[in-house]
Amino acid sequence: MAQVSIPDSEVDIVIGAVQSDLASFMEEWRPIFSRYHLIIVKDPDLKDELKVPGGFNVNVYTKSDIDRVVGSSSTTVLFSGYSCRYFGYLMSRKKYIISVDDDCFPARDNKGDIIDIVAQHVSNLTTPATPFFFNTLYDPYRKGADFVRGYPFSLRHGVSCALSCGLWLNLADYDAPTQALKPGHRNSRYVDAVLTVPARTMMPVSGINIGFDRELVGPALFPAMRLAAEGKFRWETVEDIWCGMCVKVVCDHMGTGVKSGLPYVWREERGDAVESLKKEWEGVKLMEEVVPFFQSLRLSKAAVSAEECVVEMAVAVEERLGPVDPVFARAADAMVNWIKLWKVAGTRSAVA
Amino acid sequence: MAVASVSPTPLLKDELDIVIPTIRNLDFLEMWRPFFQQYHLIIVQDGDPSKVIKVPEGFDYELYNRNDINRILGPKASCISFKDSACRCFGYMVSKKKYIYTIDDDCFVAKNPSGEEINALEQHIKNLLSPSTPFFYNTLYDPYREGADFVRGYPFSLREGVPTAVSHGLWLNIPDYDAPTQLVKPRERNTRYVDAVMTIPKGTLFPMCGMNLAFNRELIGPAMYFGLMGDGQPIGRYDDMWAGWCIKVICDHLGLGVKTGLPYIWHSKASNPFVNLKKEYKGIYWQEELIPFFQSATLPKDCTTVQKCYIELSKQVKAKLGKVDDYFLKLADAMVTWIEAWDELNPSEGDSAELANGVGKLTI
Repeated sequence: MAQVSIPDSEVDIVIGAVQSDLASFMEEWRPIFSRYHLIIVKDPDLKDELKVPGGFNVNVYTKSDIDRVVGSSSTTVLFSGYSCRYFGYLMSRKKYIISVDDDCFPARDNKGDIIDIVAQHVSNLTTPATPFFFNTLYDPYRKGADFVRGYPFSLRHGVSCALSCGLWLNLADYDAPTQALKPGHRNSRYVDAVLTVPARTMMPVSGINIGFDRELVGPALFPAMRLAAEGKFRWETVEDIWCGMCVKVVCDHMGTGVKSGLPYVWREERGDAVESLKKEWEGVKLMEEVVPFFQSLRLSKAAVSAEECVVEMAVAVEERLGPVDPVFARAADAMVNWIKLWKVAGTRSAVA
Repeated sequence: MAVASVSPTPLLKDELDIVIPTIRNLDFLEMWRPFFQQYHLIIVQDGDPSKVIKVPEGFDYELYNRNDINRILGPKASCISFKDSACRCFGYMVSKKKYIYTIDDDCFVAKNPSGEEINALEQHIKNLLSPSTPFFYNTLYDPYREGADFVRGYPFSLREGVPTAVSHGLWLNIPDYDAPTQLVKPRERNTRYVDAVMTIPKGTLFPMCGMNLAFNRELIGPAMYFGLMGDGQPIGRYDDMWAGWCIKVICDHLGLGVKTGLPYIWHSKASNPFVNLKKEYKGIYWQEELIPFFQSATLPKDCTTVQKCYIELSKQVKAKLGKVDDYFLKLADAMVTWIEAWDELNPSEGDSAELANGVGKLTI
């Protein structure tokens, strides 16, 4: 299949800064990032001055910017910690957003070449997804691959890909119990594949390394699930997992696709899994409650846009999960408020 | 939590049969000797039964030609295809082992990116002996593989997994393309080694290729019928596809898993695309009706064994696919004949493993 060439001007790279010194991070990514526009959002809880090297086309948002858009009472609730990146998604006006955590660096593929995660995410997003039938040779649109014998022809045109979930070498995105049990465990396996996660299949979407089509699903990526003891390490969050479950429902409903696999980033270590264990359990328990809910969640025909899908989902969350734990009722509220905020601050006509 | 397996993979040499359909010769076995020699082979000879197929020295095997199939099954032999590799499923039926590995006679030992020869059978055994995870996709693929695990957000209650019924391997060099694709891309070769095994999620169908396939015969054997193909039939090259759609519906119903990915074998022979086109032609149209049929097929709760599931499926095939072509009425009958023959040849097994409560706490 011919690769579509996307102009750089359609891409925003959004970085949520949970640490203040981004110098080495930015320098490592410079060869890949420098041609694009960047949005860096500083965690509103971060006190230190943000260090960003020069030579980038970048907009930096800090607490005062966030306060101005959402009101200072909402700033921490919505955008504290890793969730600060969502402010960047809100402010962007580009079609494609690539987002990576600030403890991740360029990785090398199995040939030893540096991986251009932006090019790979964009490639994933601009080639069709195939959620209705599994192709055993993975992404049929990749060079050197195709649909295999037995793949129905009527399904070969695929659907638009809305979300691209990348992976991590070195420190994989394991939860705290797993990492605490296997402290030396590092992911060294480079799996040279991209594949579409089938429709109606649930998955854990990690916010560490993603790309998405903002026009298709922008409103459906939101900070809604905040744990009581949420901290500044990925082990202590489930905001992306919750959001990812919602996005998958939206994509399945709208007939768009979600891909997973390449590109890889190299994730450095931060924090202590054993320490995080104490905070992690709330998230682990919550996941158990939500699986049957998401499995059976169906949206109505009336929900056509991503915004409408999210609003409908919020109602379902409130009704069916609200009684289980107050964190869900709060999440439902947050989802509704997010859509209101998106309409005000996130659409083309709004002034950033 | 997935446990990293440090112990060596069991050989299972007395629990696994290798089923090979052939019409030519078995020279390819020489290359597989280091990996296959300890196992019992079941050779299903297709085509002219008077031809003598030479099996390389040192292999322990049983060989069945068409005369044997007719003798053993009597009138029920009608369900076994002639002049098509679909006849291999006869081998599954006569086997007495728990596991089957089937491989085509133009498939050779492949090398991994480090240049080492791949022991495909060992990988299939690993796949079959470790659980599957069909209810929730793990982004790091098979969590039971050494060096991998479940990722953050993967529900703990689903980490036990379910038994693996099928292990679907892949092919380097000549990929398993259909005739139209072969005609458009005659030179394309699969050179990409994807170092992953993964579970195909519940509710998702896939094109199952019989070239490099292993399964737990006790869990799913009776559903591995490869249909009516070849001589006297309007279609070919859909035998494994048909079986794949049937087994997936049944595995999804019974809470069993299907894995795909490693191991790779080296597929050496590209079949003639024009010949293939003639065989596949009807299938290309029919599959547009077959896929929605299988995607929406549901089995009642009282279908608790593979045989019951399969018979029920055959009824639905008859009822809903008969209008596509009369062939499906014949096929539905053949599906029933197959089960009758299976049960006759495997009486002591009774119904294959009854899985009353396949999955953990969550009813999916």
